[in-house]
Amino acid sequence: MSSSIFIQLVNIFGILTTIVLLAALLTWVERRLLGFWQDRPGPNRVGPFGLLQVVADMIKLFFKEDFIPRFADRPVFVLAPTLVMATMLLGFAVVPFAPGIGIVDLNVGLLFVLAMSSLAVYSVVLGAYASNNKYALLGGLRAAAQTVSYEVFMGISLMGVVMLAGSFNLRDIVAAQADGWFVLPQLLGFVIFFIAGIAESHRLPFDLPEAEHELTAGFHTEYSSMKFGMFFVGEYLSVILISALVTTLFLGGWLGPWLPPLVWFSLKTALLVCVFVLLRAALPRPRYDQLMQFGWKVLLPLSLANLLATGGILLWLQ
Amino acid sequence: MGDVIAECQPPQSPYRAAAEQFVADLREQPGTPGYWLQPDCLDLPTLWVQPGTLLPILIALKRELPRPFRMLYDLSAIDERLRTRRGREQSRQPESDFTLVYHLLSLERDLFIRIKVPLTETDLRIPSITGIWPSANWYEREVWDLFGIDFSGHPNQRRIMMPETWQGHPLRKDHHARATEKDPFSLDEKKERREQQALLFKPEEWGMSRSGETSDFMFLNLGPNHPSVHGVFRVALQLDGERIVDAVPDIGYHHRGAEKMAERQSWHSYIPYTDRVDYLGGVMNNLPYVLALEQLAGITVPPRAQVIRVMLCELFRLSSHLVFYGTFAQDVGQMSPVFYMFEDRERLFGIVEAITGARMHPSWFRIGGVAMDLPRGWEQKVREFIDYLPARLREYEGMVLKNGTVKRRTRGIGVYNTEEAIEWGVTGPGLRATGLDWDLRKRRPYSGYEQFEFDIPTAVHGDSYDRCLVRAEEMHQSLRIIRQCLDNMPGGPVKAEHPLTTPPDRPRTMHDIETLIQHFLNASWGPVMPAGEVCVPVEATKGLNSYQLVSDGDTSAYRARIRTPSFPHLQMIPLISRGLMVADLIAIIASIDFVMADVDR
Repeated sequence: MSSSIFIQLVNIFGILTTIVLLAALLTWVERRLLGFWQDRPGPNRVGPFGLLQVVADMIKLFFKEDFIPRFADRPVFVLAPTLVMATMLLGFAVVPFAPGIGIVDLNVGLLFVLAMSSLAVYSVVLGAYASNNKYALLGGLRAAAQTVSYEVFMGISLMGVVMLAGSFNLRDIVAAQADGWFVLPQLLGFVIFFIAGIAESHRLPFDLPEAEHELTAGFHTEYSSMKFGMFFVGEYLSVILISALVTTLFLGGWLGPWLPPLVWFSLKTALLVCVFVLLRAALPRPRYDQLMQFGWKVLLPLSLANLLATGGILLWLQ
Repeated sequence: MGDVIAECQPPQSPYRAAAEQFVADLREQPGTPGYWLQPDCLDLPTLWVQPGTLLPILIALKRELPRPFRMLYDLSAIDERLRTRRGREQSRQPESDFTLVYHLLSLERDLFIRIKVPLTETDLRIPSITGIWPSANWYEREVWDLFGIDFSGHPNQRRIMMPETWQGHPLRKDHHARATEKDPFSLDEKKERREQQALLFKPEEWGMSRSGETSDFMFLNLGPNHPSVHGVFRVALQLDGERIVDAVPDIGYHHRGAEKMAERQSWHSYIPYTDRVDYLGGVMNNLPYVLALEQLAGITVPPRAQVIRVMLCELFRLSSHLVFYGTFAQDVGQMSPVFYMFEDRERLFGIVEAITGARMHPSWFRIGGVAMDLPRGWEQKVREFIDYLPARLREYEGMVLKNGTVKRRTRGIGVYNTEEAIEWGVTGPGLRATGLDWDLRKRRPYSGYEQFEFDIPTAVHGDSYDRCLVRAEEMHQSLRIIRQCLDNMPGGPVKAEHPLTTPPDRPRTMHDIETLIQHFLNASWGPVMPAGEVCVPVEATKGLNSYQLVSDGDTSAYRARIRTPSFPHLQMIPLISRGLMVADLIAIIASIDFVMADVDR
């Protein structure tokens, strides 16, 4: 009994620390990768390959003045950034990293992750609202609209996977891919979910809530110091979470030959994270109404069609 | 000495025929009010009219004359109170304390003209011409701000360059030019509060209401510090959700008094200031200034210097357009192109540095030529670059211009047609994007541009996308011009043999005492330019740029008016952004390609 609790604790703290550290490290990875793609060095001065840049940034953020504007709604303003970190970390609780590694095995794991990732938008909306700043307000409005729209078919796009696996449990879904990854039968679902995932994590080309060229910094205009840092880490956490989910749902999770399961899982997730960064380097930002149109008029019908087709084929096969 | 030099007659201007044709046409025009033609202006017909007849003559010129003057090119004033040389006897200019100068351009005649209106100090009032040209709005505000001339009938006459709290009118001769001429500056709390209050945007002052039929409007202060306004530029937006109901651009944050400084600097030592007007244009800014002075002094620039000038100007056009291209992509959210383009620009600066010794602000043109000859090995550097760039440009085309999202973001956004462009004083790529192939380098060639083969790229729709398209194509044309410079660089001196060439050719300075003395005088006093008025526009990176120089036969300008393209372009923003979204405004701002120093001077 005590050993299982011990293992559980190791699991929890191991995963928690690793994930947060990885998210922090991702700031460096992203900047180096962007630098590589944009013909420039990126941060390469602090420590080997600039790896300690992360530490330097942390120190800087901690020692910056923790400024709360006079006109801000203080309690909400302070709480908002913690929300995004908390929900994102909770989301990781159900991710099956490998057999035996993972915090909890919920039978509605998929729904839980979706719920957590949508809760994260409260962080943005509340932060924007509490800032009492016009740019933040516009950013918050955009975030709310964007999340509501993209949430809808984010869920629907996954239902194909659920049908194929016959379960909401993420471990079962991975196990069901032993004969073949779902990315092939659910190619459309994969693409739609990935797009919705980018929108959920507010990354370019879907970074409209913070679109710095239009709204200076959007919802976090008034945030500084570690509060800003938390939004920042929260964004990277969501990048990792979405990548981990795509790996789990479409790319066979930890499954793969020769290498240990955890390595497979990490490799696939890391590759997807790189795709996130590449998208940021490559794509311009659509306009707010264009984004909405794309969501409601293209992606939603597509995901519904995908759902219908999958269901139809499954019934036919039976 | 001044008198002797004043006898140097400027060479025959190639555009004199157009000027004479205009004067003849004007004589034949029935019902034209009386005017007096200033005799000493070669190719820039200058009519003096009385305040009362200003509006009729402007209307006649704009609407009734065949091949009319449809563009208000510039509007400024001269404080004449300290001026001594205003012509003698027959050519004596009318008595005036303050002279208003209206600069008109006819795109059909390829001709610039000036209308001057004398005003007395006791009655500094003139009817506003905003009813004839809406673009006069900002110009008149500027004249009011800097000279204190009152425009009756102006819709919102208020300061534009100086802060609302400023005392006096800076371009008047009795206004101090330096901080040392007045009490030390201090900013106590009371004053700070007053200044900040003055910056508060009050919609009512602009005739805006705070609420519409169904909702309250949000007033958003975009700038003066904002990532996408390219400098210190403020737009006060009236928003309904994210939709722009109206916009009020607010400029003046970058005003450094470049025109006032010209009145203190010697003719020669003012050249570096011109570099900093359109700070992306480098030596392109020197060109209209030195061309004007050369016309005034009657200097013929040797061919090698001319071709070197053209080559450097086109290099800087490339450099400026690269910055535009990159930031344009960046402002529609595309992160990478700007990095690639800045790398190309860096290579370009390598060439500029090898030739001039400086990068962004070489101040390298001189009165009568260029600072020095080209360095050994310049051909190879330039050739390498012009061989390298076209492939990169094609890559950018695929990256930016052919990108679907960029197209969706910029097509049909910020549209104006040729009519509106002319009405609002739009020149340069912004004008050509509407489909009019009007390029000053072709229409009124200067500095030997007539010897080069190049095309004028145009577009059709006049939207943000087309403005980018035109600039992208112009870069190919610039490369063509540079290649021709490279292949046909003439030999010979790079400075004119003329007493006003500043500084004179170095070997000559070392060999004869006259040139040495002249060098000494030109370096210590500065050259003494003959009295007169000149203005030579050039097709700069962003549109037409010119220096209207008034010389009183002294070592510095009596008045230097800098006409910059960005000023009227910014004024158009409300017109083309109403009804669009905030993100569109950013695309429009990016597509205009302005530099705030070029607006505020």
